[in-house]
Amino acid sequence: MRDKILETIDKNSKVSAEDLAIILGTTEVEVVNAIKEMEEEAIICGYPTLINWDKVRRERVTALIEVKVAPQRGLGFDKIAERIYRFDEVQSVYLMSGGFDLTVIIAGKTMKDVASFVSEKLAPMDAILSTSTHFVLKKYKEHGLPLIQKRQDERMLISP
Amino acid sequence: MRNPLSKTVVGIPPSGIRKFFDIVSEMKDAISLGVGEPDFDTPWHIREEGIYSLEKGKTFYTSNAGLKELKIEICNYLKRRFNLDYNYEDETIVTVGGSEAIDIGLRAMLDPGDEVLIPQPSYVSYHPCTVLAGGVPVVIELKEENEFKLTKEQLLAAITEKTKVLILPFPNNPTGAIMTYDDLKEIAEVVIEKDLYILSDEIYAELTYGQEHVSIASFPGLKERTIVINGFSKSYAMTGWRLGYAVGPAQIIKQMIKIHQFAIMCAPTNSQYAGIEALKNGDADVEMMRDAYDKRRRYLVHNFRNMGVDCFEPFGAFYVFPSIKKFGMSSDEFATKLLMEEKVAVVPGTAFGECGEGFLRISYAYSIDNLKIALERIQRFVERQKTI
Repeated sequence: MRDKILETIDKNSKVSAEDLAIILGTTEVEVVNAIKEMEEEAIICGYPTLINWDKVRRERVTALIEVKVAPQRGLGFDKIAERIYRFDEVQSVYLMSGGFDLTVIIAGKTMKDVASFVSEKLAPMDAILSTSTHFVLKKYKEHGLPLIQKRQDERMLISP
Repeated sequence: MRNPLSKTVVGIPPSGIRKFFDIVSEMKDAISLGVGEPDFDTPWHIREEGIYSLEKGKTFYTSNAGLKELKIEICNYLKRRFNLDYNYEDETIVTVGGSEAIDIGLRAMLDPGDEVLIPQPSYVSYHPCTVLAGGVPVVIELKEENEFKLTKEQLLAAITEKTKVLILPFPNNPTGAIMTYDDLKEIAEVVIEKDLYILSDEIYAELTYGQEHVSIASFPGLKERTIVINGFSKSYAMTGWRLGYAVGPAQIIKQMIKIHQFAIMCAPTNSQYAGIEALKNGDADVEMMRDAYDKRRRYLVHNFRNMGVDCFEPFGAFYVFPSIKKFGMSSDEFATKLLMEEKVAVVPGTAFGECGEGFLRISYAYSIDNLKIALERIQRFVERQKTI
């Protein structure tokens, strides 16, 4: 049941518990309890909205920063990752395989915001060896959903 | 001037759906639950393969029966999914949708006067295709109390000395009924005993819920007597590609290829290349869509029953077939009134045969959000009828 709930709300967190119960063939109580448990276990960590900010506000830039880190004894990368993700500007932090260690995605109002975050907050941290910043020019798709208007239904209204 | 028209063709009534279509097209901003095709786009990897075939210049005819590679994949697929054994060389033909296969299958088997048993409510083309092939349609009226399944008793009662072909339209459009292994076993026995042939339209075979589709051709002694029709339209959301196929005894397929060769040449080449990709790598897409339909199916049945409309639970295709008998209106009246007053388009059951009277076909090839809006309107409408 947990898997089924997660698959259903993955792309649409607005589905009500009542509707979830109907479409999954179970009871509302069971759905509500399962969701509550998964929230407590941090399986479900939030219900954000996917917004195409380009359409409402120009002043918002996103950058992807490749970070090389010296891992700390006994703590690995977790400690430094936490120090980074605690900044509000930071949207995502991933530990990577390959040529660098952490991907940090940050959002700011202007390029200057991003630049000053990198030069004043991120780069000076003890464990950080180097950073390489890439600005996002345009977003096409996020969370499996294209950032475009839904197409009209082009099917004939009635067909056999 | 002489009358230019064929009496046979003129004698065929226009599709009952056509009439309703004309009314609906006049209505602006109507919400439709009337379509018989998936709302999903064809999965991108399949479309991409079609585009690639165009880029490579695959713009010529294929052999009449279809691309060898596609026929091989069709046979692999039928084995993998329904345990059917066919060889691609002389038991398989690729057609322009399942509809062409219905037409040429009947034409390959019928002589004037041969009777064809057509269970109804069912898809609109069996009856006219039988008439065009010179056959005589004999309708078997499926009953709601039998969950719209074909029973052995009904079949026996309809058979005469002239009966040659039985059409088996399951999973069924418009009722959503399916035939289980046990249901089919009884039919299979009669078919063998009475020396009949079967045209089994299994276009919705991938869309069954809670139980796997069983093909009658998988019963012993039935492969020799059955043409299985299937295609890509419903399972892979590929209606516009016009791609279907038939498998069956070599002697019948051979004659079908003859008609196909003169009337059609071959199925669209790019669609055939896309079809190969669909069969090779499309299982996950089918599963995703089936899962989505299943959710909507539960949603619709639940809500109809909640608003006091009788609705038997369908286990196949993407339709529910609620009964509106208690509202004291014909299907046509109900559907027209619902369209006029609440701007929701559904198809009257009578479009699929007279015995569809008292029912509506409601498609769930729509997102839950769409269904929700439509259901609110239907509920409003239904409540008004109760108080009158």
